Amino acid sequence: MDLYAIIFYLFAVITLGSATIVVFSKNVVYSAFALLFALFGVAGLYVLLMADFLAITQLLVYVGGILVLVLFGVMLTTKVFDVQMKTKTIQMVPAVAILGLLSGTIVGVFWSTDWYISENPIDVAKTAPQIGNMLLTTYLLPFEIASVVLLVALIGAAMIARRERKG
Amino acid sequence: MISVEQYLALSAVMFVIGVVGVLVRRNAIIVFMSIELMLNSVNLTLVAFSAYLGDVTGQMLVFFVMTVAAAEAAVGLAIIIALYRIRQTVNIDDINILKW
Amino acid sequence: MLDNYIPIFLMIAVGVLFGIIMVKLNEWLGPKRPSEEKLTTYESGMEPVRTARERFSVKFYLVAVLFILFDIEVVFLYPWAVSFKSLGWLGFVTMTVFVVILFLGFVYVWRKGALEWD
Repeated sequence: MDLYAIIFYLFAVITLGSATIVVFSKNVVYSAFALLFALFGVAGLYVLLMADFLAITQLLVYVGGILVLVLFGVMLTTKVFDVQMKTKTIQMVPAVAILGLLSGTIVGVFWSTDWYISENPIDVAKTAPQIGNMLLTTYLLPFEIASVVLLVALIGAAMIARRERKG
Repeated sequence: MISVEQYLALSAVMFVIGVVGVLVRRNAIIVFMSIELMLNSVNLTLVAFSAYLGDVTGQMLVFFVMTVAAAEAAVGLAIIIALYRIRQTVNIDDINILKW
Repeated sequence: MLDNYIPIFLMIAVGVLFGIIMVKLNEWLGPKRPSEEKLTTYESGMEPVRTARERFSVKFYLVAVLFILFDIEVVFLYPWAVSFKSLGWLGFVTMTVFVVILFLGFVYVWRKGALEWD
């Protein structure tokens, strides 16, 4: 087993283990911090897949932004004097059955399909310029629509989360 | 060398963990985190295919997924917080009427 | 290809080890003479008056939302910046449209007063 495989399995274990904690932890704060490690593991896998710019973006957007937002959400929705922020889990047996069946089906499809694999890999040094070129030429319309999506989210979040209703 | 199937299997298991989280947990914020897990597993699939096809398009699509995820995080958590301020709960079984 | 990341792995390893070694060394070598004053939350600092598990103001949440949305904007600026030369004026104009649309949102939250602290 070479170094690449060892690192892959390390990040895979980190990601899946943390994802399991996110879903099955009784404490909301533990879930939020496990989500941090799951997102970090995915960033590591991006590095292995020659997407270095995306790995940094993952850390910047998910870990630096979305996770902070989730933690704020946790802190804003727990009762002030409620020390244990616990929530109950229901129907564990059907959940595990779904987990087994669904993942078995999807993994089975993935393993039995003969995927096309290109001979020439991505040039790691050029991913960011290539992404920029694509965004502003071929995928220009989705790119501009993305800014409209962000604008709507900005207005919507400011509308919903503002302090008081004025009239 | 790791084959593309291994990356796909990893993201499939991660996706299903997210699905189970949405089905099993009753806390709206944990449901939200499970949705983030599912989005991440889809991103991982896109990047894996991008790497093994030698095509950067998959990586570019991840940017759009991240944009939608950020917008969803901003508005979704704002809705959860607004609901909490009105109903004093984030249990999605208690939030079962459309209007009050 | 992974060779480029050896410095990062080394830095993480050194950081983790340094943290553990320093804390353990302190625990092992330092004399322990605890007194009531030393065990307070902020030694020589202010007295903690209330519980720390308080729900804080929603104002922080709005700041976090603004941060994350403009964070995404900056992420989109990077790939444009590195291929600026090859994209030329067309790229500049389209990026200006992108930034202007987001600037409208900025003007909206400014006018709404979401940026004012009190």
